[in-house]
Amino acid sequence: MNQFVASNHEILEVNYLNEERGIMSWLLTKDHKRIGLMFLGATIFFFFLGGVYALLLRLELLTPGPTIMDALSYNRAFTLHGVIMVFLFMIVAIPSAFGNFLIPIMIGAKDVAFPRLNLLSFYIYVVGALLALWGMIQGGADTGWTFYAPYSSITPTKVIPILLGIFIVGFSSIATGLNFIVSIHTLRAPGLKWMNLPLFVWAIYSTSIIQVLATPVLGLLMVLVMVEHAFGFGIFDPARGGDPVMFQHLFWFYSHPAVYIMILPAMGVISETIAATARRKVFGYKMIAWSSLGIALVGFFAWGHHLFVSGQSTLTAGIYSVLSMLVGVFTAIKVFNWVGTLYRGAVKFTTPFAYICGFLFFLVFGGMTGVAVAAISLDVHWHDTYFVVAHFHFIMVGAVLMGFLAALHYWFPKMFGRKYPEGWGLVSAVLIILGFNATFIPQFLLGNMGMPRRYFQYPEQFQALHVASTAGASLIAFGFIIIAIYLIISLKYGKLVDGNPWNARGFEWMTSSPPPKHNFHHDPEFPETPYDYHLPEAKHAHAA
Amino acid sequence: MHTQREGQPYLADHFGSLESQIDASRLGMWMFLGTEVLLFGPLFTAYALYRFLYPAAFQAASHHLDIAYGTINTLILITSSLTVAMAVHFAKVGKNKRVVAMIVLSLLAGFAFLGIKSVEYAHKFHEGALPGKYYALEAVKEPGASLFFAIYFLATGVHALHVIIGMSVLVWIGWRAARNTISPEYYVPVELGGMYWHLVDLIWIFLYPLLYLI
Repeated sequence: MNQFVASNHEILEVNYLNEERGIMSWLLTKDHKRIGLMFLGATIFFFFLGGVYALLLRLELLTPGPTIMDALSYNRAFTLHGVIMVFLFMIVAIPSAFGNFLIPIMIGAKDVAFPRLNLLSFYIYVVGALLALWGMIQGGADTGWTFYAPYSSITPTKVIPILLGIFIVGFSSIATGLNFIVSIHTLRAPGLKWMNLPLFVWAIYSTSIIQVLATPVLGLLMVLVMVEHAFGFGIFDPARGGDPVMFQHLFWFYSHPAVYIMILPAMGVISETIAATARRKVFGYKMIAWSSLGIALVGFFAWGHHLFVSGQSTLTAGIYSVLSMLVGVFTAIKVFNWVGTLYRGAVKFTTPFAYICGFLFFLVFGGMTGVAVAAISLDVHWHDTYFVVAHFHFIMVGAVLMGFLAALHYWFPKMFGRKYPEGWGLVSAVLIILGFNATFIPQFLLGNMGMPRRYFQYPEQFQALHVASTAGASLIAFGFIIIAIYLIISLKYGKLVDGNPWNARGFEWMTSSPPPKHNFHHDPEFPETPYDYHLPEAKHAHAA
Repeated sequence: MHTQREGQPYLADHFGSLESQIDASRLGMWMFLGTEVLLFGPLFTAYALYRFLYPAAFQAASHHLDIAYGTINTLILITSSLTVAMAVHFAKVGKNKRVVAMIVLSLLAGFAFLGIKSVEYAHKFHEGALPGKYYALEAVKEPGASLFFAIYFLATGVHALHVIIGMSVLVWIGWRAARNTISPEYYVPVELGGMYWHLVDLIWIFLYPLLYLI
């Protein structure tokens, strides 16, 4: 029997989008696909908001002196940009949106293990995000997204609602991660072994481990800062015997692994899309799967590289330095295997493939500079400069965003049964990738020349590079406007696709697009591997 | 609730068997308990760090706490863990009325714990042991003593919040037992609620010696 659904009549009749109608059927849904879509909508809203702040920052930095805002507004803008992008967009975007939509389908389940908890997780996110938003409207915070003590405990700005919002959003992250881990352990279809799971599932599994283990620490730390701000207990206040460096340790114990919460799911997306575009089995499946867990593990013991200039002993710093570089080894294993997958593949130049190329470039470039800043002596020079800003934007924006966009385009037909216009997709991808390079490569140069991060003004000789960076940012914005327009139009008028428009072998394509409410029309019979491209037309004949 | 299959009132629609559904619940609960331990992590870290930095102050402040309050509360919590364990046992053998009785006893213990804690808090407020800028305790003046009380109030405060959450969970499982929506075939809510209560107890078992004894 043909496992890959080919015809589309089943789709238009009844699927998860139209089986129940009305706003309440969405707000009270326990269907992981609908919850995934709601997460997707919410995170895209916050991405837009964070992007607006980014553009305001770049506009302000167009000239050496004050341009469009005063210094305090600038401090608030970069704080809110960071808070929104990290806590409300990136950490949530791929796991909670795409993970929710895809994980149960990929493991052949009808839903996640705890559907009510899943819905609760969405509302926890909404409440936390709205609270943070309210704090921003009330005046925001000026501490940077890192909330370093002791300044965060004495700033006159409204840190408490924002901290409380982050604290609450954290529980959403924990609930979703826990749900995925339990689902992957207990809900796999009969006969679906761990080593046959799609690599996206492995990536989300590793991510979930970090979410579950690291987030509680951040949660309580946010409580400590709130208590400090409200009552002045002195836990981080040197004047009362407290130690502000302890804040940094606890903060990065979460926030460094949090980088992997962002990047690992994007890596999972790349593994899936790269196999489908190259039409080859993923090269080194086991290496990619285990290196995800390796990153999750080592990621927990690398946080000290944020504190090289905060008074660590040389030995401690050296250990953290080596452990941080180890992350580069695991990442390189993945990169080589992805490139190996592409080698001699039948590559089609689609929009997801453009983002795969962008991803590989940004990941390698960002990763190499990451290894460079992990070297203690170099970091002392680059610490708190634009070099570091450019490095982590290459990973967190460059690579993560490429993964997010690849996922959005690759699974758009899965979610809505329609396709986006490929030509416009490629145009915007090129704009974004070029714009991104124009934004951040000058920032590497600025940082190396000594431009400190988070500064409102700068000496005149830096202006040319800042102008280049701002110009790049507007290209990115332009690219996103195009994407927003064509995706919204495609939702209603996009070309209808059949069940498997990419002719992919991933398990999620074994059901119709969009899938029915319980994911599969019949109990699925899983093939050995989700990347079985060896016998392209024989076993999985794709009858139109 | 999910649509229920014929003759399987407890089985949710997306699970193949009740066994794997119970497995999933247990695994979820164990992981959740792990996150709870990590939630207390920063407080234990802060304790370790400041105890190392200010050993004399921590010793003096620890001795200043009233050991009777702490010890009685420890005994109360351990007893409540016993009654909760009994509740799980009775749920397993289908004696739901006794489950309710055991839950009521555990709740009483919870109230007693919180009552003693609030008396102790009131006493500490009164003598000026509030940390930071409020600190005015004459008896312990070593530098760093205020940090001991900061950790004391935060750790016991967060713990008390967990006692309250745990009591709410106990009310819920007591309610289910009273309405007979659990049975020897499916008593996993009692088991998991009980696990949460044991965790609350266990965290106190660590806080008690750190704060009162050493």
